[in-house]
Amino acid sequence: MRNYDSIQHVRGDSLFIDDITPPQGTLYGYVYYSPIAHGKILQLDFSEALKSTGVKGIFSAKDIPGVNQIGGIIQDENLFAEDSVHFVGHPIAFIVADTQLHAHEAAKKIKSIYEKLPAIFDPRQAAAENKLIIPHRKFELGNIDSAWSECEYIIEGSVESGGQEHIYLETQGSIAFPTESGIKIISATQGPTAVQRTAAKILNLPMNRIEVDVQRLGGGFGGKEDQATAWACMAALAAYKLNTPVKLVLPRQEDIRLTGKRHPYSSDYKIGLTKDGKILAYEVTFYQNAGATADLSPAILDRTLFHCTNSYFIPNVRATGLSCKTNLPPFTAFRGFGGPQGMFVIETAIYKAALVMGMEPAEIQRKNLLNEGDELPYGQKTFNCNAIRCFDELDHKFSVKNIFQEIEEFNMKNKLVKKGAAIMPICFGISFTTTFLNQASALVHIYTDGSIRVNTAAVEMGQGVNAKLKRIAARTLSVNESRIKVDTTNTSRISNTSPTAASKGTDLNGFAVIDACNILIERIKKVAAEELGKDDASKISIIDENVFYENEPTILTFIDLVKKAYLKRISLTAQAHHSTPNIFFDLKSNKGNPFAYHIYGSAIIQVTLDCLRGIYEFDSVKVVHDFGESIDQIIDIGQMEGGIVQGLGWMTIEELIWNGEGKLLTDALSTYKIPDIHFAPKEIKIHALENSPNDFGPLRSKAIGEPPFMYGIGAYFALTNAMRAFRPNMKIKYDAPLTPEKILLNLYNK
Amino acid sequence: MIEFILNNNHVYTDFLATTVLLDFIRSEKRLTGAKEGCREGDCGACTVLIGEIKNRSIVYKSVNSCLMPLGEAHGKHVVTVEGFNQEELSPIQYAIVDEGGTQCGFCTPGFVVSMTGYFLSNKKIDVDDAVESLGGNICRCTGYAGIKRAVEKTVTVYEQTSLKLNHLDKLITAKFIPDYFKTIKKNLEQIRKNGNLRKSNTKYFIGGGTDLYVQQWEELIQSEALFASQEKIPNEILQTKNKIKIGGAATIQQVLESHVIKKHLPSLNKQLELFGSLPIRNRATVAGNIVNASPIGDITNILLALEAKLHLKGKRSGRDLFLREFYKGYKLLDKKRDEIVEWISFQVPSKKILFNFEKISKRTYLDIASVNSTIILEVKKDTITKIGLSAGGVAPIPLHLNKTCEFLIDKLINTENVKAAVEIAMQEISPISDARGSAEYKRLLLRQLFFSHFIKLFPQQINAEELL
Repeated sequence: MRNYDSIQHVRGDSLFIDDITPPQGTLYGYVYYSPIAHGKILQLDFSEALKSTGVKGIFSAKDIPGVNQIGGIIQDENLFAEDSVHFVGHPIAFIVADTQLHAHEAAKKIKSIYEKLPAIFDPRQAAAENKLIIPHRKFELGNIDSAWSECEYIIEGSVESGGQEHIYLETQGSIAFPTESGIKIISATQGPTAVQRTAAKILNLPMNRIEVDVQRLGGGFGGKEDQATAWACMAALAAYKLNTPVKLVLPRQEDIRLTGKRHPYSSDYKIGLTKDGKILAYEVTFYQNAGATADLSPAILDRTLFHCTNSYFIPNVRATGLSCKTNLPPFTAFRGFGGPQGMFVIETAIYKAALVMGMEPAEIQRKNLLNEGDELPYGQKTFNCNAIRCFDELDHKFSVKNIFQEIEEFNMKNKLVKKGAAIMPICFGISFTTTFLNQASALVHIYTDGSIRVNTAAVEMGQGVNAKLKRIAARTLSVNESRIKVDTTNTSRISNTSPTAASKGTDLNGFAVIDACNILIERIKKVAAEELGKDDASKISIIDENVFYENEPTILTFIDLVKKAYLKRISLTAQAHHSTPNIFFDLKSNKGNPFAYHIYGSAIIQVTLDCLRGIYEFDSVKVVHDFGESIDQIIDIGQMEGGIVQGLGWMTIEELIWNGEGKLLTDALSTYKIPDIHFAPKEIKIHALENSPNDFGPLRSKAIGEPPFMYGIGAYFALTNAMRAFRPNMKIKYDAPLTPEKILLNLYNK
Repeated sequence: MIEFILNNNHVYTDFLATTVLLDFIRSEKRLTGAKEGCREGDCGACTVLIGEIKNRSIVYKSVNSCLMPLGEAHGKHVVTVEGFNQEELSPIQYAIVDEGGTQCGFCTPGFVVSMTGYFLSNKKIDVDDAVESLGGNICRCTGYAGIKRAVEKTVTVYEQTSLKLNHLDKLITAKFIPDYFKTIKKNLEQIRKNGNLRKSNTKYFIGGGTDLYVQQWEELIQSEALFASQEKIPNEILQTKNKIKIGGAATIQQVLESHVIKKHLPSLNKQLELFGSLPIRNRATVAGNIVNASPIGDITNILLALEAKLHLKGKRSGRDLFLREFYKGYKLLDKKRDEIVEWISFQVPSKKILFNFEKISKRTYLDIASVNSTIILEVKKDTITKIGLSAGGVAPIPLHLNKTCEFLIDKLINTENVKAAVEIAMQEISPISDARGSAEYKRLLLRQLFFSHFIKLFPQQINAEELL
C-alpha cells in the first residue's frame, strides 16, 4: 500500500534517531563496559579520561540519583555495574563529550582492574549449580508416566539451538533533552512506558516528569522491547546531570556486543508413538540460556512451554523449563519469543521418530495435527482450528507429493548435488501470555478542517502498524484515509502503554482505535440528527463521508458535521481503552485460556545442497497461511516473507560464536552473517487460507508479526533430508544453526 | 580545498581529505538519507553514487560512503538518495513503495541508490543483473521478495521507454533521475583535476580504503594521507606481448570487467562476483588486497596461483619480486615503508590453460572466505606439465602449496594421484580456529576444494565417489 511512511522511506526523508538535527550544545555518549565475563571491580579510575579532549562528564553507578535498577520482570539488573561485572559488555560507565569520537577516546583512558571470577556459559552447567533465574516451570497434560507403556516406539534425544542477533538495521539509540519540568527522551524503543518508568526510577523523578516520544524504529524484532531502556536511561541521566541534550547511538559493534539476543537453548526430549505414528507421549526439558540477568527470560521460557507441542495434539505431555543464569549478555525477546526454540525440539523429535520407524515425517505430522476442541498442554481448547485445513491445502495448492517425487528423481540422477524438502506446520498463540499486558488505548482528535490525528501505544518499526491503524480508523469513521495522520507514540498522550510486541500491536491498538472512533461517530451522528431535525440518531449512517438517514442520502457530509459539532461545543476528541476479553492464565496450575486465538499455517521448504562443498541454496518456500481477513495484503505478505527469511537465517548461517572467555567473536556484520539478496529463497509463494474471518481481531484480521518466522524451522530438516540423500546412514547431531561448516563436518563424518 | 558536486550543489571544503564521506554528508550537509548501519561496508545503508568523467561521459559507480575518504570525491559527482528526489517518486522509488520493498525504511535509501546506479551504469538492462547489483545492500525486514518484485517492475518501466534517446536522456525522460543530471558534466569539467589536497609525510597511503577504514577509521580521520588515485599510480589493466599488467590503483571491479582478463581467464569475472560486493569492488584495489596480507584475500589467492610478480616503486628506485616471496609471516611483508605496489603482472596464460577458483564462506556472497583456493595447470596427454595451486585461510599468510605442486608435476591426472597430493597439501597447511570456522573445518574444506578443482576440470579422469 502507498502509506506515507513508505514514500518518505524511499526519498530518504524518514527521520531515525541519528537523523534528527541535534539541538545546539548536544553532547555525545559512549558506553564503557566490562572486558571480562565475571569478576570483581577492584579499581576504576576516571582521572585520565576526565582530562581527555572534549569530555564533559563520566557517569557510573554512584552518580545515579534514584535507584540503579532497570530490571523489568525481576529487579536484578543494574544500569551500571556496581562492585562486580557479570558479562563481557556489562556497562560500567557512560562518558559524555562534545563528539562521539572524543567520548570513545576518553573511554580508552579509563583504568580498571578486576579480580576474575569463574564464569559459566553453558546453561546445563548453570542448572547443575542451581543458578536459575526463577524456579523451574512445568506444564503437564494427561498422565505421561502411565502413557509410555502404551507406546510402541519411544525415541529420545538432545537438541541445541543457537542464539540470534537481531541486526535491526538501526542500532540502539536515544536523545534526552532537559525540559522545564524534567526530561524528554526520544528513544527507538518498542516499550515507551518501560523507558519512562525506568528513567523515572533512575532519576528519582515521578513518571509525570518524563516524556518519551517514539517516531519510528529502524527495525526492532524484539530487540528493543526491553533493551532500548538502558541507553535511553544513560542519555537521560547525563542530560539531567549536565542540563544539556545528550545523544547516544550505539556503533554497530557495540550494539552487537552489549545487547541481548535470541536465547540459545539446550533441550532433552522423549517422544512415544504408536506403531502407526500417533504421538501418545512427549516429555521435554528446556535449558534456556538466560544470560546474566532475567530481562524477559521468564516470559520467554513460558512461551517455549506454551508452544512445545507446536501444531500437534499430544494427549500426555510433561514440559519443564529452566531459565539458567550464565555470564553472557542478558538474552531477550526476538520474534517468536521462545516459541521457535520449543517448536524446533518437537519437530526434531518427529523427524527422528520418522527415521527410526521408517515413516515419512509428513505422515507423522499429518496424523497428529490439532483438531477442533483439542486440549493444549496449558488447558486451552482449540477453536476455529485451521491446522489440518492449512496442511491439506498446502498439498492441494502446491502439489507437495509431486515435490517430494521430483526431489527423489533428482537425487537418483545427481551424485554430488542433492535436494531436500520439509514441511513445517505452525500454531502460534496470540496475546501477551502476561495477561495484564493485553491492554491498549487510543486518543483520536478530529480537527475543524476535518483532518484527524490518531494516537495509540503502538510503535511503528516497519511492521506497518501505523498504516493498519490508519485504515482501521478510516474504515470505522468511513472517511478517506488521507484525512488521517497517525501520531508518534508518546507517553504524555498515551499513558501506561504495553510494549509493541507479541504480534499484538494492531490487535490491541486497533480495537482501541475502533472504540474511540465509534464514540466520535455517535457524537457526530447526534449532531446530524439535530441538523436534520430527526429524533433517532441511530438511523443516521455515514458512508464514505456522506451522511444518510434511513439509508437515504442527505445534504450533510462528514466535514459539515465536524464543523457543526465544534460550534455546538461537542468534543471532537475521544479516548478509548481496550483490553482483550476472556483471557486468563493461572501461574500455579499453569492452566488457563492465555490466548485470544491461534494462528495456523503450513509451509514446504526446498533446498539444494552441494555435497562436495557443504553449501546450499533455498529453491523455494511455499506456504498456506491463515491471515484472517487481511487489513493490508502487501503489509501482511511482507511480514510473511521477512519472517520466513529471518527464520531461515536462524536455522542456517546466523551463528554466534563466543570464545572460552565469553567474548563474542562474531560481533560485526563481517562475521555475523544474515541473509542477503542471494541467500533469500529464489521463490516465496504465499497462499492465504480462504474464508477464515477472525472475530477476535480488528476488521476480522489476524496478527501477523511473529508466526511466519517459524516456517523457517523447516529449512533445518530440508537440509538434513538432502544430507541424508547423500549419506543415508549419517548420524546427525541436532545443533542449529546448520552452517556450511556443520554440514561438511557431518557429511564427512568428522 | 576539496571541490565536488553533491547532488545538484557545488561543495567546497577544507576538511581533511581523510574525513569519512558519510560523516561529511550527514553531519556537515545534513543530508541524512544515507545511513550508518555498520561502518564496514557490510550493509550498504550508506551507499552513494560517485560519478566521474571518463572518455567524455560520466560514469557512475556505487560506493559505501562509510569507507570512502572525502578527498576521493574531489572533482566528482556524489549522489545521495536525496539527489534522485523529484516532485513525483521515480519509477524505482514508486516500485519499492508499491511492491512492499520497504518496511522499517532504514536500508531503503541504500537500495534506491544502488538500483538507480544500476540503471545509470548499464545500457543493457536485465532483471538478474539488476538484482545482482543489490548484493551489497542488506535488509532485515522484507526478506528481499518485495525488493525483487520492485526490480522487475522497474525494469518493465524502463523497457517501455522510447529507445530513440541516448541513455542519460532516456533515464531523465522516464524520471529515473532528475534533469539536473544533464548539467553535471559541464560543471565537473570546471573543477580542477587534483585540487589542493594537503599532503605531507603521512603514515597512511590509501588505495581503496575498504579495509583501512574498517580497521582504523578513528585514527585515519585525524591524519593526513596520500591517495593511490592521486599519486600517479597506474590504474589500467593491459596486455603487453606476453604479460598481463594490472596497475596498482586498479580496482577489483576493473579486473572483473577487463576485456584482457575476460579473454585469457574467461571464468574469472563470474567468480570475482564472490569478492565483497559491487560497492566494495568499485573501491577496493588489487594492490590493496595484496598489501593487506590477509591470509584469505581472494584476488591475492588467484594471483599466487598465477605466479604473479609485483613491481614495487620506492622513493628512489624500483624492484620486482614474486608475490609468492612477498609474505614473510602474518601480516609481514618484504616491503619497505616507502615502497608501493606500482604494477602487478603475470604471464599471459597459454590457450591450453586450465583454471579454477573456489571460495567457501558462511554466506556465499558478500562474505570473507573460510577457505579459498586457485588452481592453474597445463596438461599434456593427461600429464600435468605446469601447475600453480594456492590456499587461503589455512596459514598465517596467503599460501602457495609448493610441495603439493612439486608432487603433482609430471604426474598423470587420476584419482590416485589426487588422493596422494591432498595428503601433501594437508601437511603444508596450519589453519587456526576463528570466526570463519574451526581448524578442523578449514582442513576438511581445503581437501574438498582441492578435490573440487579436479572434479570440475577433469570429470572424465577423476572418480568423484572414490575421492570422497
